[in-house]
Amino acid sequence: MALLEVNNLGISFGGLRAVDDFSISIEKGQLYGLIGPNGAGKTTVFNLLTGVYKPNLGIIKLDGADITGKKTIDVNRAGIARTFQNIRLFGKLSVVDNVKVGLHNQMGYSVLASILRLPSFKKVEAQLQEKALEILKVFDLDKEADVLASNLPYGKQRKLEICRALATNPKLLLLDEPAAGMNPMETLELMETIRFVRDHFDMTILLIEHDMKLVSGICEELTVLNFGRILCQGKTSDVLNNPEVIKAYLGE
Amino acid sequence: MKVNCLKQKFINLKANKPLRNDLTTYGIVILAYVIIQILGMAGMINSQLKGLLVPICVYAILAVSLNLTVGILGELSLGHAGFMCVGAFTSAFFSKCMVEVIPQAFIRFPLALLIGAASAGLFGVLIGIPVLRLKGDYLAIVTLAFGEIIKNIINTINIGRDSNGLHFSMKSAMDLGMEKDGVFLIKGAMGITGTPGDSNFTVGAVLLLITLFVVLNIVRSRDGRAIMAIRDNVIAAESVGINITKYKLLTFAISAALAGVAGVLYAHNLGSLTATPKTFGYNMSIMILVYVVLGGIGNIRGSMIAAIILYVLPEMLRGLQTYRMLIYAVVLIVMMIYNWAPKSIAWRETHSIKDLLAKAKGAIASKSKKGGN
Repeated sequence: MALLEVNNLGISFGGLRAVDDFSISIEKGQLYGLIGPNGAGKTTVFNLLTGVYKPNLGIIKLDGADITGKKTIDVNRAGIARTFQNIRLFGKLSVVDNVKVGLHNQMGYSVLASILRLPSFKKVEAQLQEKALEILKVFDLDKEADVLASNLPYGKQRKLEICRALATNPKLLLLDEPAAGMNPMETLELMETIRFVRDHFDMTILLIEHDMKLVSGICEELTVLNFGRILCQGKTSDVLNNPEVIKAYLGE
Repeated sequence: MKVNCLKQKFINLKANKPLRNDLTTYGIVILAYVIIQILGMAGMINSQLKGLLVPICVYAILAVSLNLTVGILGELSLGHAGFMCVGAFTSAFFSKCMVEVIPQAFIRFPLALLIGAASAGLFGVLIGIPVLRLKGDYLAIVTLAFGEIIKNIINTINIGRDSNGLHFSMKSAMDLGMEKDGVFLIKGAMGITGTPGDSNFTVGAVLLLITLFVVLNIVRSRDGRAIMAIRDNVIAAESVGINITKYKLLTFAISAALAGVAGVLYAHNLGSLTATPKTFGYNMSIMILVYVVLGGIGNIRGSMIAAIILYVLPEMLRGLQTYRMLIYAVVLIVMMIYNWAPKSIAWRETHSIKDLLAKAKGAIASKSKKGGN
């Protein structure tokens, strides 16, 4: 059974059919790409999957459980985490605290325990610190643990967003244009990172990307969106050689 | 063995900057308390300043608690005086009813404190549920309105007690229809008179410490991180599974309950308690916001110090009569520039006390070297 199964998903904003008849099936451990020209509805699909928008039509199933129309926080608890196209970190928190916010629902103690500094507070805080540093170390960010997130260089901010998403212990990770604004060197490094995340955390990843080098380099399967509809779906090499896709990207 | 353990603790403390900062804050309060007590015993404090001591604690508590909403949660609330009003009136009503039943102040006052804080917190939740859907300016205006509504409703309440029991009216004191032996507990716009004077400077200082303890411990916990995450980016906070409504309400309720504590302290310091615009109106809410903004949004210690300075200053300047508010305004502007102007921040970084001490040490060292030659 596929990890993520989406059938007939659709949403309208007023008279605009932003996403129509969108279906996708992602197996566990897959690296899947979602591409398409600007305004095709890629980010809208992410917002539908994560409960930011409620679909008018269709069903979303994660690991067999129906998560259609659930709230964002419940979708996250069900096992979908995401990063954002325009980086959304907690800028005035330190790097390690950003990851600890991601760990929020993994370990906890009551409000009373934090006010009175009960033993449970100290125990869980120590565990949180250890776990957060462990995740940061994987991305080589542990040395910057106490830096404010907004003071990190751009590439590291992107990595920190992935750290925070992974901290919520997801089954499926959604990356929205992870290579946006990166130079070719950084993109290469990012490709390595994404592959590493998949292998190290045994993760399933769905990503939106415009950088064809990255897409053809790491994605095993692709779905191409155009004007809110699926233009083409299948193995990466087949899709990228499809004349329809080339037409949508380059024109005639 | 024991020394080693202490040494280790000291090293941990050195590495833990937030904890060190918090301890400094508590230290400042305790030190100020001790100094004032010593000066008081030496008879060096005049009666005017003595009268200001409890209000100082009241406003410091208000500023610290409002900073939780404005600085940590990042939502603008202008109804803080309203919550203080709820705490003040419920606790004063309780104390006045119970003054014969529980004659010991050390039992009565903590109960009044709990009742005042709980009812203000409850109001925080009740008002928070509808208004926290709003953001920014809209939230500010609606909280301002709620603050005014609370004050005006309390102004219309009449409660009396006679041999038949309690009487309640929202019209006028005459409508209570009491027997001849009846006493007014709350008399409309005249408020509550004869509340037992259970507050003093010691109680105020302890309550300020408790407020700081609660606020700082929440800020430096899992819940505090969640609250600040909401402030920094709501969408991202939601995407990692933070329950936005729960944490907004929690913050608002704690902030309101602590304002209620300030209200209890205030009510038990005065013989008569009335809900006038000056004491509980929006002017007061805005004054508290000024303390928070000038002390530094999100800076708990700063808002406490700003509240103290800005409350004491106009009182001290009373001798200057009409020029008083002019000087006050100038001080506000100077404080604003000192706290927020980029150049001033840069100047403070190069002229911190630590740096100056290090420089002085260096100068002395080089001098002694020269002397040796």
